[in-house]
Amino acid sequence: MRTVDLLVIGGGSAGMAAAIQAKKEGINDILIVERDENLGGILNQCIHNGFGLTEFKEELSGPEYLARFVSQVEELKIPYMTSSMVIDMTREKIVTISSKKEGVFKIKAKAIVMATGCYERGAGAIQIPGDRCSGIITAGTAQKYLNIHGYLCGKRVVILGSGDIGLIMARRLTLEGAKVICVSEIMPYSNGLNRNIAQCLNDYNIPLYLSRSVSKVIGKDRLEKVILSAVDEKMQFIPGTEMEIECDTLILSVGLIPYISLLDYIDCPTSSTKGAKVNEHMETMIEGIFSAGNCLHVHDVVDFVTDEGRLAGHGAAEYLKGEFKRGEKIVVTPKDGISYVVPQEINKDNEEDVTFKFRVRKPVKDVNLIIESNGELVAKMFKPVLIPSEMVMVKLSKDKLANVDKEVSLRLEER
Amino acid sequence: MERFDVLIIGAGVTGAMIARNLAKYDVKVALLDKENDVGNLTSNANSAIIHSGYDPLPGTNKAKFNVLGNKMFDEICEDLDVNFYRVGSLTVALYDEQLPLLKELAERSKQNGVEVKLLSAEEVKKMEPNINPNVKGALFAPTAGIVDVFNFVVHAVENAVDNGVKLFLNEEVTSIVKEGEYYKVKTQKEEFYSKVVINAAGCYADKIASMVEPIDWKITPRKGEYFVLDHYKEGLVNHVIFPLPSEKGKGILVTMTTSGNYLVGPSSELTDEKDDYRTDPPTLKNVRAQASEMVPSIPFNQVIRVFAGNRPTCTRHDFVIEYSKKDKNFINVGGIESPGFVSSPAIGEYVVEQLVKPILSMKEKANYNPKVRKYHRLYNEMREDNYKFSNEHLNYSEIICNCEKVTLGEILDVLSRSNPPHSVKALKRRTRAGFGKCQGGFCQPRVVLILAKYYGVSPLEINYDGEFSPILLEKIKGGR
Repeated sequence: MRTVDLLVIGGGSAGMAAAIQAKKEGINDILIVERDENLGGILNQCIHNGFGLTEFKEELSGPEYLARFVSQVEELKIPYMTSSMVIDMTREKIVTISSKKEGVFKIKAKAIVMATGCYERGAGAIQIPGDRCSGIITAGTAQKYLNIHGYLCGKRVVILGSGDIGLIMARRLTLEGAKVICVSEIMPYSNGLNRNIAQCLNDYNIPLYLSRSVSKVIGKDRLEKVILSAVDEKMQFIPGTEMEIECDTLILSVGLIPYISLLDYIDCPTSSTKGAKVNEHMETMIEGIFSAGNCLHVHDVVDFVTDEGRLAGHGAAEYLKGEFKRGEKIVVTPKDGISYVVPQEINKDNEEDVTFKFRVRKPVKDVNLIIESNGELVAKMFKPVLIPSEMVMVKLSKDKLANVDKEVSLRLEER
Repeated sequence: MERFDVLIIGAGVTGAMIARNLAKYDVKVALLDKENDVGNLTSNANSAIIHSGYDPLPGTNKAKFNVLGNKMFDEICEDLDVNFYRVGSLTVALYDEQLPLLKELAERSKQNGVEVKLLSAEEVKKMEPNINPNVKGALFAPTAGIVDVFNFVVHAVENAVDNGVKLFLNEEVTSIVKEGEYYKVKTQKEEFYSKVVINAAGCYADKIASMVEPIDWKITPRKGEYFVLDHYKEGLVNHVIFPLPSEKGKGILVTMTTSGNYLVGPSSELTDEKDDYRTDPPTLKNVRAQASEMVPSIPFNQVIRVFAGNRPTCTRHDFVIEYSKKDKNFINVGGIESPGFVSSPAIGEYVVEQLVKPILSMKEKANYNPKVRKYHRLYNEMREDNYKFSNEHLNYSEIICNCEKVTLGEILDVLSRSNPPHSVKALKRRTRAGFGKCQGGFCQPRVVLILAKYYGVSPLEINYDGEFSPILLEKIKGGR
């Protein structure tokens, strides 16, 4: 059986960053497995700008951003296989790869970084009421048709969900001559970044309806119209609020979910992010298997994905070199107002600063973020505005971590 | 103008089984369907259960054909290379007052000649750990099974076409007139002539029958809405779980499918619109509540799709399988609602042997082959952990659908067959590309391009389902 020290599953932003970092830390036997024809993952189709502000202090398009990492992979001579997909894996890190060029084969890895990205929730998952006609499509798929293949999926478009891809597509479709009638969001607030609402909707006079969702899709063969209805606090449609809109396309931007089918095979524990449960080195609860990027938790900025990939690559390198210190475990718990925190566990003996990444449950203003351990305050910081669509990062230094015992929690406190 | 001996209207499971039985004989057969694919409506959207036959009233056509048909599935699925598993069914009683009804069903099963066993609450819980712990008992029918309904119809038609049957899709019958020895069957596009016409038009069987003579039965579809759950490791149930049946049908069931997914449903509401396949939240909410009563832990966060199917419920409350009153050369096969799928092989045989044979001279063909060419699937190799075929045929290791591990080789294979897919949905039903958790989010663009390339057309001409359901509307400036 073939063997490899580090197998990186997924050649997108997280996977490339992990492989580059591990290589820089002296791991030479690496293989990146990418299911698409090219490295880069979803950034290949993200031709808009806004990438790289943190990483390069520049505003790049998706393909420009990924090209910088592809050239590093090439320069560092990190082996990769494209049109190749991992179809099975075991806890012993024996991985089955199905590859266009090499057929199906098994490879045993000493360490693995899972960087498999996420997928979009579709019409079925949100149980959209009404007909089963064509013309209902997720935003990312519409983006792929348009930006990779050059085809417009619709001319009169309603967008459901105000996630970032939906907002980006509202602008993109408008620029290509489609009429984007409106964006409808079931929540009372948008799920996209503020800059995207300004630049993709407001600049093009596209209305955003909040607390409103699709109560019916109508169309015999192709979509003919949608009915939008207001929802109450319990997300139930309010009768009498129906708006009938003639359109040929409904684009869904209703959430991204970590794509972690492979972890199912190895009974890997997951967290409320729907990704794997990890420690501060992005190591899952199975030793030597790491996870980073959108398959761990869905990010809003690719620069942070890259950063997390590096963290996982660093962890994998330490693990392979036998420098990984474990020791006493500290459990991390999200409390009042916080929906999740990554990591969920910390190895106290690691003696490195830890960055907590988390999201708030709903938009809040003027709050204190409280970090506590066993009822004792560890850190407190003022946050003027926090919204669910923006991931928050706070660093806890190794000195402060020294005061933490067994458990640590994060919560919001009104001032 | 080609003239046929037998023309079948409707390529659902009933029409497909009749066609396959006729293909054994030296007669010219046409199989027509108004849809863009075979088995696209009622046969496409049902519980995919091969019922044991415990439920239909003794003496009815339903009882007779169900019990006969059930026994035929092993051989047919072997010949047609279709997944079929006899997992057995459990009809559960959740209250003490339901126990006498279970006994009544057991008695009915005996009369129908169906093997069943009454189980105690403890036995049921052992067989199904996720069942409601308050279960009082169950009727176990070991001969019940689950089948891949999509490919059962697709492969049956493929086999029929391989043996000489001619398939015509997108042909909606508009009138039927007898001209001398032949029926002239007009569609929106052309005219067909045939000595014998068999009406297997599903929910439209009454409309087709009425084109020939006044009839005393009517089809009022009963719509059923379902949830589809993704396959996941822990598993939910090991058998088909039914509640006790009522006058509305066998009730809302929980079952696994041949692909390891789970189905929860159906509701059962009469609808006046024959083409109503809408789903609605209140109905699904009720399905969810009722199913959860039997299996409390159904993970509805694993739902990847909801759908509706229409059962062709007939006012006679039984299958109509008979000559028309006016003319033996027109045969009605209508009202084939549940247990229609399981009954179809027996109905097909009966229609050909008992109804067609007496009116048409037919000789068996010497070269009839009951088998389809073997299907290779990476997924099957994964189950056996043996990748010989994929390694010898590299396009069987090029994955197109990530979720269901469907390869380019499998897609090109179905395209090369005699009943090929013409739409994204037709390809999905055959290969499972797009059937997984992302529901085609990743693979649909690849599939559209493969279809366009294979048929030598623009991707703009590729439809999701019917002829007027394009996925893409315009090529952009500078687009390749």
